[in-house]
Amino acid sequence: MTKRTIFPVSRVHEPLRVDVEIQNNQVVDATVGATLFRGFENIMIGRDPRDAALLTQRICGICSSAHAISAALALQQAFQIEPTPNGQHLMNLIFAADIIQNHIRHFYVLVIYDYVKGPMMPPYAPRPEGDYRLPQKRNEELLVHIKEGMLKAMRAHEMLAIFGAKIPMQQTILVTGVTEKATVDRISAYKSILHELMEWVEHVYLYDVAVVADYYKDYYSIGSTAGNMISYGMFPQPITGKREYAPGIMIGKGNIEPLDVAKISEDITYSWYQDDISARNPQQGATMPNRDKKDAYSWIKAPRYKGKAFEGGPLARAWISGKYQRGTGVMDRLVTRSQETLNLCKLADGWLAQLSPDGPTFSHYTAPMQGEGFGLTDAMRGGLGHWLRIKGGKINHYQIVTPTTWTFSPRDQQGQRGPVEEALIGTPVVNADDLIEVGRIIRSFDPCFTCAVHMMDAPANAPVILI
Amino acid sequence: MLSRREFIQLCMSATVGISLTEYLIPVMQNVFAQDKITKAPVIWLELGSCTGESVSLQNAINPSLEQLLSESLDIRYHWLVNVASGNAATQILEDTLEKEAGNFWLIIEGSVMTAANGRYNEIFMRNDQMVTGLDAVREIAAKAKYVIAVGDCAAFGGPAAAYPNPGGAKGVWEVVNRQVINVPGCPSHPDWMSGTFVHLLLYGIPQLDRYNRPLLFFGKTIHDLCQRRQQFEDGIFADFPGGTGCLYKVGCKGPVTHADCPLRQWNHSVNWPVKAGAPCIGCASPHFPDGMLPFYNHFPDVRTSFGTLNIKKISAGLVAFGIGGVGTHFAFAVVKKRIHNHYLKGTKPLETLPPETLEQAKQDLKELAKQNQALLSITPKSDAKQALRHRKWWRRKLDAFLHPKNKDGE
Repeated sequence: MTKRTIFPVSRVHEPLRVDVEIQNNQVVDATVGATLFRGFENIMIGRDPRDAALLTQRICGICSSAHAISAALALQQAFQIEPTPNGQHLMNLIFAADIIQNHIRHFYVLVIYDYVKGPMMPPYAPRPEGDYRLPQKRNEELLVHIKEGMLKAMRAHEMLAIFGAKIPMQQTILVTGVTEKATVDRISAYKSILHELMEWVEHVYLYDVAVVADYYKDYYSIGSTAGNMISYGMFPQPITGKREYAPGIMIGKGNIEPLDVAKISEDITYSWYQDDISARNPQQGATMPNRDKKDAYSWIKAPRYKGKAFEGGPLARAWISGKYQRGTGVMDRLVTRSQETLNLCKLADGWLAQLSPDGPTFSHYTAPMQGEGFGLTDAMRGGLGHWLRIKGGKINHYQIVTPTTWTFSPRDQQGQRGPVEEALIGTPVVNADDLIEVGRIIRSFDPCFTCAVHMMDAPANAPVILI
Repeated sequence: MLSRREFIQLCMSATVGISLTEYLIPVMQNVFAQDKITKAPVIWLELGSCTGESVSLQNAINPSLEQLLSESLDIRYHWLVNVASGNAATQILEDTLEKEAGNFWLIIEGSVMTAANGRYNEIFMRNDQMVTGLDAVREIAAKAKYVIAVGDCAAFGGPAAAYPNPGGAKGVWEVVNRQVINVPGCPSHPDWMSGTFVHLLLYGIPQLDRYNRPLLFFGKTIHDLCQRRQQFEDGIFADFPGGTGCLYKVGCKGPVTHADCPLRQWNHSVNWPVKAGAPCIGCASPHFPDGMLPFYNHFPDVRTSFGTLNIKKISAGLVAFGIGGVGTHFAFAVVKKRIHNHYLKGTKPLETLPPETLEQAKQDLKELAKQNQALLSITPKSDAKQALRHRKWWRRKLDAFLHPKNKDGE
């Protein structure tokens, strides 16, 4: 048996340490641990609740708008107000543009060099040798597409900035909508970029993923999980509040069940945190960091639903919406991500048509003195939730559970592995020194550890009052 | 090749619709074609960051990140783009440190986590030991040619360093003992980063302000350059974010934030916050975010260990202090019977009885004369007279100093 450590795993957002045990050229055990802690939720305590959307999105530079949307949903519940129809559509348009950007960038910046030989210059060289299966001609073609892909991701961000003012870290999302106006010129500007992207995604992105999937067919089975999928749903529609992507839970590729938020708990047995009990509901989480905790190996907590670990993201959304039922491997993740990108372009086109030009994009509101709420939405990588409580006009409790927390969770009290740890088991390994296969599995999940690492709560001298 | 002056004009002009990078690429190609300058080897460290700067930089590189990489920077180590992982990646870092010592640039994104001896952020392994971001920055910065902190986190601590700063986040300049060029912003505008990099490459360190920010981009306040400035002058103010008019009263931090967003705008000049009706939150400021919160109020909340203070609480405190002072004075006056004497006995001088006998009258007269004499004897000498004498003494000294020969009678 050989033990190997990969640290840092490159081409993921922020540091990740992976330890694997290899026996007979197969991975038999794995632990994944994030090694950065910032404690964002603590920072939220005592702030003006209206600032939650702008301040929490500083958690993440690649999926900033997801945090803003989630915080806005939580605030809508706490303030007991609804967004205006235009406001809701614009929030969805901003969010969709960010997801399109993320998916394109994920494939063309982070993932593609696992399958395509890059140019022989830093930072693309040195690279792990072996197992690049694309023929020279296809390889050249994809290298050209990489340059296009980066340009298109940039265009998606431009599209977002039309209504979001700037990105990364958009600045227009309020609780009831967005500050930017839905004027005809802006709508048509968004539309023109959207159509450009739609065409490109359909003809290039989907094609490139298909090419890679074709040459790496075995990766449809490598990196498979048990098929526990979670989705909070995303893009609530105005007035009805019905979500364009429906929420749901699937256990072991079984039936789709409705989601019950009260069944979510977070376990910290193998995380560098201290608490009196090992698992809590996020509305009550109360934890202090302790880097010297014995046996712990990650800053990520282990969220569980009914005590089970779940995977989120495009694959989970595709399974839960019934659009895809092929498998749960590496290529399944890449393929569903590209299909979702196209689908989002089409959805966004529909919302643009529903906008009423120059209609109100927000309504006035004042922050209440008391309130409580949670905002759940699927983000790029899976289910994102913000839980908050307002007391005396200030935020009194804030808890965030991010998608990567779900997928990259460490073991829990029962010793159950997290989804990625599970996916790594049984991976065939050719060269124990470069472990290119492990890298491919990890990147297919699109991890983001800037989001994942979080803690709660009020410091010890300000105990949380549980309502 | 552009002269430095032309380059600065180019950076500051920010033509609408075109990114700076578009201009810079041909300049760089020209320079490299003449073989005047070699690409700068770069180590890019991500510490307590959100990768926002890397994403932001990907946004503006026109036509692509490839171009900046191939034309000006030689990014050796940046784990977001390195194809190699684990030990192979760390090896690249060690090799660059060794071979390019004194020549490479260190670009840092994200704040330095100092809590628990820096162990809140571990970034690579050396001899099977985890190396913290704090140790890595200290070690690598000592060997670098330039240290550049991109984003508000690396420059000043940023959002991670907001109260109560759970991870002990600090700006890079606080932990290294050398000059750090700060390119703040949350995230930093891609033009600010690429402009600074190219200036460093072609002309060395740009002119910096007292926070070590390049004056090229951070020389003026947002308020000075703002399109809604005229509405501020005219007294037209928005009553809610998204309204028409100046956003000053709904929390715009433009007047205290130095950056050129109104000219340059964001994402290829598509938009920028104030144009979109969102108040500036001061993300390029050294005091972001604590000094800028709440975002939608004009005056900041001050976080202290006693609780949150804001302008209302502080002014209520001052009023209470004033009332307390007057009240205490009043209470003492009552206790000391000053009020009592004054109001109950009135303010009339006490009536003196006329002398009844001649002896008594003489005695009174004597006493009066005595008091008068006593008063006269303690009258101080005239201040004006003394001052005059003092001045004369100084004049004598000065005269003696200026004309020493006169003293000897020559």
